[in-house]
Amino acid sequence: MTTESMTMTKALNEGLRAALAANDRVLLMGEDIGTLGGVFRVTEGLKTEFGENRVLDTPLAESGIVGTAIGLAMRGFRPVCEIQFDGFIYPGFDQITSQLAKLTARNEGNQRFPVVIRVPYGGHIGAVEHHQESPEAYFAHTAGLRVVSPATPHDAYWMIQQAIAGDDPVLFFEPKSRYWPKGDVDRSASDTPLHASRVVRTGTDATLVGHGAMVATLLQAAEIAAEEGTSLEVVDLRSLSPIDYAPILASVQKTGRLVVAQEAPGHVSVGSEIAATIAERAFYSLQAPVLRVSGFDTPFPPAKLESAYLPDADRVLEAVDRALAY
Amino acid sequence: MSYTEATIQLLSPEGSLVESDVTAPYLEKITALSDAQLRDFHRHMVVTRRFDIEAGNLQRQGQLALWIPSLGQEAAQVGSAYAARAQDHIFPAYREHAVGRVRGLDPMRIIELLRGLSHGGWNPADTGNFHLYTLVIGSQALHATGYAMGLTLDEATGTGDPGSDAAVVAYFGDGATSQGDVSEALVFAASYQAPILFFLQNNHWAISVPVERQSRTPLYLRGTGFGIPSVQIDGNDVLASYAVSATFLDEARGGGGPRFIEALTYRMGAHTTSDDPTKYREKEDERFWAERDPIARFESFLRAKGEGDAFFAEVSAEAEDLAADVRTRTLALGLPSTEKMFAVYSDPHPLMDEQRAWLAAYESSLDEVTE
Repeated sequence: MTTESMTMTKALNEGLRAALAANDRVLLMGEDIGTLGGVFRVTEGLKTEFGENRVLDTPLAESGIVGTAIGLAMRGFRPVCEIQFDGFIYPGFDQITSQLAKLTARNEGNQRFPVVIRVPYGGHIGAVEHHQESPEAYFAHTAGLRVVSPATPHDAYWMIQQAIAGDDPVLFFEPKSRYWPKGDVDRSASDTPLHASRVVRTGTDATLVGHGAMVATLLQAAEIAAEEGTSLEVVDLRSLSPIDYAPILASVQKTGRLVVAQEAPGHVSVGSEIAATIAERAFYSLQAPVLRVSGFDTPFPPAKLESAYLPDADRVLEAVDRALAY
Repeated sequence: MSYTEATIQLLSPEGSLVESDVTAPYLEKITALSDAQLRDFHRHMVVTRRFDIEAGNLQRQGQLALWIPSLGQEAAQVGSAYAARAQDHIFPAYREHAVGRVRGLDPMRIIELLRGLSHGGWNPADTGNFHLYTLVIGSQALHATGYAMGLTLDEATGTGDPGSDAAVVAYFGDGATSQGDVSEALVFAASYQAPILFFLQNNHWAISVPVERQSRTPLYLRGTGFGIPSVQIDGNDVLASYAVSATFLDEARGGGGPRFIEALTYRMGAHTTSDDPTKYREKEDERFWAERDPIARFESFLRAKGEGDAFFAEVSAEAEDLAADVRTRTLALGLPSTEKMFAVYSDPHPLMDEQRAWLAAYESSLDEVTE
C-alpha cells in the first residue's frame, strides 16, 4: 500500500519532485522558490536536490517570469512558474493572455507551449489586500489556456504532474486554505484525468458543484444537511477550462436541483457559465433554477470581514433551501 | 538631430569610411568582408525597399488590410541580421522585413499576415530561426531573453566554439523602451547573463510621439543602467550596424552576457498605412534624414570601391522581379479554412472539437438551403 497522509503543500512538493525527476526539461521558476522554498514552502528542498539550473529564483517581476518562461518553452523547456499570490498575477496578465494563450494558434502548431503557472489563491487565511483573491475566471475566459484547481492533497499530487506533462499552458490554482489539512495520497496511480470533474459524495435531493477550497465547504454542507434528512450530491469540478459537464449533467438529471458555489465574485464567473450551460442542456430535468453562491461583487474585503464575504456551509444551505422550495 | 558624440559611425553620409581609434576595431570586421558580402548588403537593402513599396501599393489597392513600412531602416536591419550566425535566434517586433529576408523568410508570410490570412504562422525552424512578429510592443524582448536563458541552461553558448555557440537578437523600437516588458527583459538578461543582443532601432517616432517624450536620456544609456554594455550607432550605416552587432554577438556567444545597441535611424514612411505623419512632423526633419538615406550612402561607398552600373542594374532588376512576383502571388491568395481558427491547443480539447463540429454542421446546413 503506497497511501500516505500529507498536507497539500507536501503533496505538491512531491508532485513537483516527481516531475523534475521524470523529465530533465522541467524547470521551476519564481520569486523566493529556490533558497527559501517558496513563501508557502511548496518548493522546499527542490533547489538543493535539483540545482539552481532546475529551480530558478527569479527577479521580482511577474511579466518577466511568464515572458521568459515562454522563451524557455520555445527552447524546449517545460517551465513551471510560481506566482507568489493570486493578486500578484496581474502584472503577468498580458504575457499570459496575449502571448502564452495565443502562441499555439499564432504558430499554427509549429511550437508547443507547455508552461504551467501555479497560483496560490483564495481566502480564509486572514491576509492583507491582494493576498486572498480568486481570479480564475479571467483565465477560464481566455482561449488557449487550461485552468485547473485541486481540492485535495491526492489530486494536487497527480494534477500538478499531469499539468506539467501536457503540451498546453495550464493555470494551476492552488487553494491556499487547503494547503495545510492532511489527506491521503495514493502515489501508486492517478485515478482521474486532469480535466475530469468527479462526484465526491452521492446524494439524491440536490447537486452542489464547486472547486478548490469550496469542495470542503460543500462536503461540510452536505454533512449538515444529511443530519437534517436532506441528501446532497457533491461534484468536485477540478477543471475550470475545459469544464467536464458529464458528471454534473448526470447528477442534475438525478437530483433536479443545482447549486454552484465559489469564492470568486459571481458576476461573469465560472459559476455563471455552469449555470447557463446546465440550463441549456438539462432544462427538462431541472425542478428549480440553478442557483449561485459566490463572493460578493466587491473587492476582496479586509480580512476581518472575509467570513462575511466568503460563502460558508450556511450560505450554501440557504441556497439549497431556496432550491428545494420550488 | 539625435546623433551624439558617442554615436559610432563607420560610413559617413557621403559614403567614405570614418577612421578613428573608436572605429578601428570595427573597421577590421569590415576589412574581413568579401566584395560579394558587401554586395549582399546592398542587394538585401534594395530588394527589401522595393518589396516594402510594392506591399504599400498593394494595401492602397485594397489587397492588404494594413502595411507596416520598413522604409529607411534597411541598414540597421540588414547589418545586424547579417552579423547573426545561422545558429542564432532572432526575435523581431513587426517592422523587420529586411531581417526576415536575410534569415530566409518568404516575404509572402508577411503579406499573408497583413492580408488577414494568418497571425504569422511560419515555423522558425524553417526560416533561419526568425521567430514570429509580435504586435504587442516589447513583449518579444522577454521571449528572446527566456530563449537566451535556455541557451545557457543547455550549454549551447559560451563554450568557445564559434561554430556552435549561439546567441539571440531581440529587435524593438524607441517606443518599446517605455514598456515594462523591455525593462524586465533587461533585468532578467543581466541577472542570468543571458547571451542576447538587444537591438533597439530608434526610428524617432512611436506613431506620433517623438522619442524625446519617451526618454530624457539617450536610449543606449538605459542598457548601461541595467549593467549591460551598451553603445549607440548610426543605424543608417550598414557597416556600423554589421560590425558592432558582430562584435557584440561574438562577446555574447563567448559567455560575456547581454549587449545593447541603440541604432539611430528614421522611420521615413508612416507608422503604418493607417497613419498620417503630416499631422505631427516637420518636412525639415524628413529632409535631414533623407540626406542620410542608408541605401544612397552605401551605394556611394560601393561605387567608390569600384562597383559599376551593371551591378546596380542587376540588383534593381532583381528587386523589380521580386515585387512583380509578390504582386502575382498576393492576387492568387485564397482563404484559409475555418478549421484553422480552432487549432488553439496542442492536446485534444473537447470545447474546440464541439465548436468546430458545430460550425461545420452549420455551414453545411447553409449549403443545403442554397442547393
